[in-house]
Amino acid sequence: MMEAFMNNLPFLIEDSLTGLMTGGIYALIGVGIVLVFRATQVFNFAHGAVVMFGAYFYYSINLGLDAMGLGSWSVYVIALPATLILASLFGMLLERLLMRPMLGQNVFAMIMVTIGLISVLDGLAALIWKTDARYPPELAKLNIVDLGGILINTQMVWSFCIALVVFVIIVILFQKSRAGIAMRATATDQSTAYAMGINVPAVFASAWVVAAATGALAGILLAPVNSLTPGLSTIGLSVIAVVILGGVDSVIGVFVAGLIVGWLEAATNHYFGGEAKDLVPYIVVLAIILIRPHGLFGTADINRV
Amino acid sequence: MIIGNLKSNYAADEAILRSWPLRWGFWAAIAVALIAPQFMSGYQLYLTTQATVYLIALVGLNILTGYTGLVSLGHGAMVGVGAYTTAVLANTYGMPVFVTIPAAMLMTVAVGLLFGLPSLRIKGLYLTIATISASFIIVFVLETWESVTNGDSGITIPPANIFGIEIVSDQQKFYFILPFAIAAILFGQNLFRTRVGRAFIAIRDGELSAEIIGVNLMKYKLYSFAIASALAGLSGALFSYMFLAITPTLFELPISIQLLAALVIGGVASTLGPIFGAAFIVMVPEIVKGVLGLLSGGDMSWAEYTAPASTLVYGMLIIGFMLFESQGLVAIWRRFWRFVNLWPFRP
Amino acid sequence: MVSEPLLDIRNVSVSFGGVHALKDVSFSVAEGSITAVIGPNGAGKTTMFNVLSGFAKPKQGQVVLAGEDITSLAIDKRAGRGFARTFQNISLYPGMTVLENIKLGAHTHMKTSVLSAGWFWGGAQREEVALRQKIEEEIIDFLEIDHIRNHYVSMLPYGYLKRVELARALAMQPKVLLLDEPVAGMNHEETEDMARFILDLQEQRGVTILLVEHDMSMVMDISNHVAVLNFGEVIATGAPAQVQASPAVIEAYLGAEAA
Repeated sequence: MMEAFMNNLPFLIEDSLTGLMTGGIYALIGVGIVLVFRATQVFNFAHGAVVMFGAYFYYSINLGLDAMGLGSWSVYVIALPATLILASLFGMLLERLLMRPMLGQNVFAMIMVTIGLISVLDGLAALIWKTDARYPPELAKLNIVDLGGILINTQMVWSFCIALVVFVIIVILFQKSRAGIAMRATATDQSTAYAMGINVPAVFASAWVVAAATGALAGILLAPVNSLTPGLSTIGLSVIAVVILGGVDSVIGVFVAGLIVGWLEAATNHYFGGEAKDLVPYIVVLAIILIRPHGLFGTADINRV
Repeated sequence: MIIGNLKSNYAADEAILRSWPLRWGFWAAIAVALIAPQFMSGYQLYLTTQATVYLIALVGLNILTGYTGLVSLGHGAMVGVGAYTTAVLANTYGMPVFVTIPAAMLMTVAVGLLFGLPSLRIKGLYLTIATISASFIIVFVLETWESVTNGDSGITIPPANIFGIEIVSDQQKFYFILPFAIAAILFGQNLFRTRVGRAFIAIRDGELSAEIIGVNLMKYKLYSFAIASALAGLSGALFSYMFLAITPTLFELPISIQLLAALVIGGVASTLGPIFGAAFIVMVPEIVKGVLGLLSGGDMSWAEYTAPASTLVYGMLIIGFMLFESQGLVAIWRRFWRFVNLWPFRP
Repeated sequence: MVSEPLLDIRNVSVSFGGVHALKDVSFSVAEGSITAVIGPNGAGKTTMFNVLSGFAKPKQGQVVLAGEDITSLAIDKRAGRGFARTFQNISLYPGMTVLENIKLGAHTHMKTSVLSAGWFWGGAQREEVALRQKIEEEIIDFLEIDHIRNHYVSMLPYGYLKRVELARALAMQPKVLLLDEPVAGMNHEETEDMARFILDLQEQRGVTILLVEHDMSMVMDISNHVAVLNFGEVIATGAPAQVQASPAVIEAYLGAEAA
């Protein structure tokens, strides 16, 4: 028994590390939902579709660069920044076209609009890019390193590091910068923020821009590994587990929760295999709702009434 | 122009069909529903029956989402629970309609409460989130519990059998399903003449004052969710008897979104809304197919675009109606009749 | 006081994050009386009402209604015990008609269950028609709102809204009617109408009324008993004339105005 466990241990550690690193990307997606929620009080059910669009932007740009015969350097120098810019514009467009006219409307209408947006983006993606699996270029090559019997894929380490760095930047911006403070003020009390001279619509727009850009980055990291289809948008729904576990309005919480959910998925996969891991986020969601609806780091009172 | 409506007792004023145009309209609609199938092609009747099945689910969703203000993204999966309960009972155990339909409703309510109970203690958003989970978990179970559900390859259902008559033809199916739809609509309509329906609306429009008035929020949210689940279950049971073969993918998230789209397009919190919505939900793919056919000049290879284009259209309609006509087609319908009613005085 | 008061507030203290909104507040409301709680802005009047409704939980003290301690009773249970309330900034349902809003008030006194509601046979129907009759005869006629019964609330002027909210509270068949600034924002004529309704309620129906109000002259005209709050403390109670003459009250009001 013990021996079997010890023999299994390296694999468990490998899987766990993989899970934690995937969790970093979940957090990167989740933070987009959290930022938009904090700024606008809208829970964006369509965030996964925004992530998916970001990944397709990246795919298309690379396709164009390939056609021009540019080398692999162009992935970093052109495709990556261009995707992020395009995604930011896309976020701004969505906010401007769909969310801005809904300002002051009830929450129901806003939820319905984000649900409608899932359909619009899923449908559009399938029309534009078809449903075949695509494989855009990776940012880091697959490379297995043996660390004392534990095999680690450096590609994942790179992804995780990128996610981590972006996350740290967001947290610092959120706490320290003028824009971050404006965003927090808006989240606390919209009309007071208005009265204090904060440009509330600009805050809304910037939340959407940051969400779309971080989402696109997550898409860029995920798509080459997991393949890219319109189905990628479902990740927005499984990442809800991360957001709820972290506590809907907590930026730090979403990172910790990302790691937890990532690890739980890996552990489930390790012990049960098959498709069981796909269920993990949904079961996590129900468990949190049952046990601690405001999540690990969320404000307790936001959940009642 | 109708300028007055004399009544001599309160019961008459509390009736659903309060005025003669409503009464005549109601009976005319029933008459049309009964006679129209005689003049329809097989395919038209097939679509109409399908719409009638959706209508029952929509009446439930309307009570939950339209009147109580709780958005469910798992309604399609709930229909699936009803459909599979019926399929398994009828196929594996050879149970008759009189058992399978109530069982499907009860099973769906039970599954619904499993997901609804924890989330209804708190803000409405959490029900939406819990129902997304419900949607994935239910479809996952339908796909993987192969010994019972036969997994991805689906399950067939023997035709409904009522007093020795097998319900197999399109016409039989329609006449079999129609009474359930009428009953569902009347049930929903009646609810909102009583304290139960008023409590639902009060929860939607202001939880705090509802509580002050003495509405137990948790209890009434549960009622609303249970009613919606029961009607989803009924719709599912009839879905099985209509298609006679089902697979888990029929009940995935996109169906739930389509149901919400139908509700928003038809008009939330109205009696006619689900009827318009149900008609729309079956017409959208047909219209898309037609438009694509025109655009491509009959090129069959464009058929692969029908599904994503329909998805796109559903989404655009949800957003469009939310932005520009949040009361849906019903608002347009009402405006039309107000115009007719006032004609010729105010053109 | 000879008999047990209908509503007794005993040593209630409430604090929000260290700020004492109410400090050791005690007063009582006799059955059949009109009792007014007055005080300058921020004196804790609305907090007092929130304690009675159950929105604010007191740190200490009790609220006793007809001999029953209801301090920690759930909000929705209080309606059934005999509390009805109107709000300073009206909380009617704009998407419902006047009649529907009033019917909603009778919620706790009705029995119709979900299934009988859906079929609307027998019991459910009888109950609805009986309710309609009761509302028409006892509330709509009384408050003179028969011409607007089928109007949507969102389309009504302010004075009517206050009246409809009172109608809804009456449909709750209260033992104690809590009125949070019933004439706030009303013109002279509307104020007089409302004062007359309140007096009629007391005299003709024997409803016990507890009101919070700014309009001093109205309070002094209609109430039997007044409690004065200042900075969360009761500084005077008694008959209107008594209270008006109290030096503490005069100081609180003049002080508040001078500040």
